Amino acid sequence: MSDTAPHTEDHHDEPHVVSFGLLAAVFAVLLVLTALTVGAWMVDLGPLNIAIAVGIAAVKASVVALYFMHLRWDNPFNGAVLCFSLVFVSLFIVFALVDTSQYQPSRTETGPTPFEQESGEALKNKTAE
Amino acid sequence: MSQADADHQHHDEHVAHHFESAGQQVSSGKLGMWVFLATEILMFGGLFVLYAVYRHNNPETFEYGHLLLETKWGAINTLVLIASSFTMAWGVRTAQLNKRKATSVLLTLTLLGGLGFMCIKYIEYSGKFSHGTGPGKFFDVVAYEKYYNKHQADHAHDHDAKGEAHDEPAEPAPVLHGTTRAAAIAPAVNFHSDIADPAAGPAGLVKLDPPKPKGFHIPWVHDKPTPAQVVQSRNFVDIYFAMTGLHGIHVLVGMGLIGWILSRNMRGHFSSKNYMAVDLVGLYWHLVDLIWIFLFPLLYLIHT
Repeated sequence: MSDTAPHTEDHHDEPHVVSFGLLAAVFAVLLVLTALTVGAWMVDLGPLNIAIAVGIAAVKASVVALYFMHLRWDNPFNGAVLCFSLVFVSLFIVFALVDTSQYQPSRTETGPTPFEQESGEALKNKTAE
Repeated sequence: MSQADADHQHHDEHVAHHFESAGQQVSSGKLGMWVFLATEILMFGGLFVLYAVYRHNNPETFEYGHLLLETKWGAINTLVLIASSFTMAWGVRTAQLNKRKATSVLLTLTLLGGLGFMCIKYIEYSGKFSHGTGPGKFFDVVAYEKYYNKHQADHAHDHDAKGEAHDEPAEPAPVLHGTTRAAAIAPAVNFHSDIADPAAGPAGLVKLDPPKPKGFHIPWVHDKPTPAQVVQSRNFVDIYFAMTGLHGIHVLVGMGLIGWILSRNMRGHFSSKNYMAVDLVGLYWHLVDLIWIFLFPLLYLIHT
């Protein structure tokens, strides 16, 4: 009988059931943060706009990972795997940005691309007809 | 008693023979899923690098390009995906508590959320293609100009009603004809001297003024970028399609997986002792939600 199998061995592996109240609270927090990020977008805050947008997204993502994805009660190693991937993505982004800002001129300096040139001509020729 | 029988005594039917206990099987399965999710994040990471580098080098591409997107649809899709993430997490809870019917209902709702998300994406994508702002070869600035003129004519009335100062005359088409029209495009291309507007400065690409005044504004009635600005937004459109396209494929895969565990649940395959498949599909679905949480502000909520 499977029911008589010794489940006492499970000790710390016992699954955690998240209460409905907590799930609903997390859902409400996510809705509020979504409204907040749209609201912040309507106000001009200069370079802060993108920082706030990404910051709110990071908070939302943490809440989803901690509660919906159970990381808060999981084996911490699972959370570490997630954090490692995020660290490496961040390194990738930062190094790429540092690199590109060293020598890549903006298109504002290099002038139009061949595509932009062609599109401009296409619009111009249409007028001439 | 044979070795096989002895083994069987210590195992319930859902535990594979190489695991000591159900708990060990579940924690191994979860670890495996998290490693897979980490590789998913790294895959999307490449696209986020593309976004960061391109936006850093060409901010105007994003400022004009995001005006092509309907923030309304992006916001609704965010709510739809968050709601379906909630029903998924709730479904895992009911599966843990052995409530089979409730789990079926919640998985169905989650599936419907995914379907709603893809329907809205279809509306957005088909609009992009029909307005000449599709990816790659579907980008056609002459087709866009037609759409733009119609859009301006349709919305000219709105602007007048609100008493906004408006550069364009009530009838917008003439703006893009003759020398005025040339001036509109001049910043984007090297024009021959006979049509270049001297006010536009030296020939070549220059940064245009943002199309909207600074400060608080109602986002749903955004102006569309002019055809000249859209010429510079082509790479935004490509990045938009690459990022939301890869995400959309993940939504479709997630919907397939949810359909699979829904059908298994209805056939009674799961119980409070054996719900790992529900749990792991849930993790995948939450990751899809997580990625959209970043895509929405980065693509739809760019401040101009």
